[in-house]
Amino acid sequence: MLVRVTHWITVISLVALLITGVEILISHPRFYWGEVGNSLTRPLFQIPIPSSRATVPTGYAYVLPDQNGWSRYLHFEAAWALVLTGLVYVIFGLWTPHFRKNLFPASEDRTWPRFRSIMAKHLRLAPPDEADSRSYNALQRITYLVVIFVLFPLVIWSGLAMSSGFNAAVPWAVSFLGGRQSARTVHFFVSIGLVFFFVIHVTMVALSGFVTRTREMITDRAGRQGRI
Amino acid sequence: MSNVSRRKFLMAGLAASAGISGLGVAAGLAQRYALVPPDSGGIYGPGETLTYAAQRVLARHSLAREFPRSMISKVPFANSIPPLNDAFRRLQEGVFADWRLSVDGMVARPGSYSLGDLRRFPTRNQITEVVCEEGWSYIAEWIGTPVLEVLKDSGILPQARYLIYFSIDPDWWESIDMVDAQHPQTLLTWAMNDGDLPVAFGGPLRLRVPRQLGYKSVKFVTRLTVTDSTKGFVSALDPKHPNGGYAWYAGI
Repeated sequence: MLVRVTHWITVISLVALLITGVEILISHPRFYWGEVGNSLTRPLFQIPIPSSRATVPTGYAYVLPDQNGWSRYLHFEAAWALVLTGLVYVIFGLWTPHFRKNLFPASEDRTWPRFRSIMAKHLRLAPPDEADSRSYNALQRITYLVVIFVLFPLVIWSGLAMSSGFNAAVPWAVSFLGGRQSARTVHFFVSIGLVFFFVIHVTMVALSGFVTRTREMITDRAGRQGRI
Repeated sequence: MSNVSRRKFLMAGLAASAGISGLGVAAGLAQRYALVPPDSGGIYGPGETLTYAAQRVLARHSLAREFPRSMISKVPFANSIPPLNDAFRRLQEGVFADWRLSVDGMVARPGSYSLGDLRRFPTRNQITEVVCEEGWSYIAEWIGTPVLEVLKDSGILPQARYLIYFSIDPDWWESIDMVDAQHPQTLLTWAMNDGDLPVAFGGPLRLRVPRQLGYKSVKFVTRLTVTDSTKGFVSALDPKHPNGGYAWYAGI
């Protein structure tokens, strides 16, 4: 129940964060490495899109409307929802057998030969066997662990490292990432990673039966047959 | 109703009422300790309040990062400024000799200061980063008079809660709470790097708030108002507002 509720709050928050994140990015679609960066310094790379600010040299002859006011409001509100939901989920996962039972690779899978065979099966696009429909295989479990314990913490950290108030309070959180502009660039790439996961995840759900899987995630119908 | 579902129902009811009263207590405490920003209404209010309250509780007195001289940006980026009005041009012709900063509102001694008066207070120089909400940034040395010195000279009254500061441009002003107004790094800046503060960067006088984003650092400042309410001066969702609907608190 708690896994399903936190899952869907996270989905809503993440969609809001992605949309508003893109809006904020448009106001300066250039990325830098180090502490500072602006239209007068050399970017690491620039996304070839028009900007919502006339001061950015984009090569386009027009300027998009400024949507940063509400985008920033919603971005931070959704971030709070995500962080608080994430905390509840992680505490739940550690308190109950959820992480151990459902996310850490099963003990018999924690060997290289076994992992290689799962990987090979996955790459051959072999049809799932009986066990796969009941639980996650090692590959899926590792992916979920990376998303929950690497990508999400990193996107939150790099996001906070851009906050002037947070920077003042915890300066090492910025210097550890290589500076404020590095934090912004890290934030961008980790977000791309999360989008990548999101797309693959939804594709996998669609391949294994979108309606059934989504209904399970909402109503826990399969849970009663002992899936988790 | 079976026993189990009755127990569940009772537990859910208890949890819900505990949650609601918990929220009520939290809201009361937040009001009492001034942890609620002026734009706490509306759908974005909860997020704004959490951000502002968290930073005020956890990092009320922290100092903005200061950098070594070697990190000063060779070519700082001067953002576009609104067209300068006639009042500004007249003062500019006189090399800003007649520039005045007036202080009014909840102070014991309202008055006004020339740039020379400001330079006679204890001053502060600091190498800090200007961060725009758009994402870009640069580092410069800023030299000025802490707002706190001017407020102390005017005598802050105990009911003061906010500082509103106005540009010579009639459509441009911002407000901050007294925590940031009295923060040692909040400067009435009149010099930058090796010379007077250039007009492109807000000269002759810019109020720099280094713990918040660039849009809170108003250029061409001529007036400070100490007040207990930002009413009439926080229309954060008003598109005519100089921020065009931007959040009041910009520490994030």
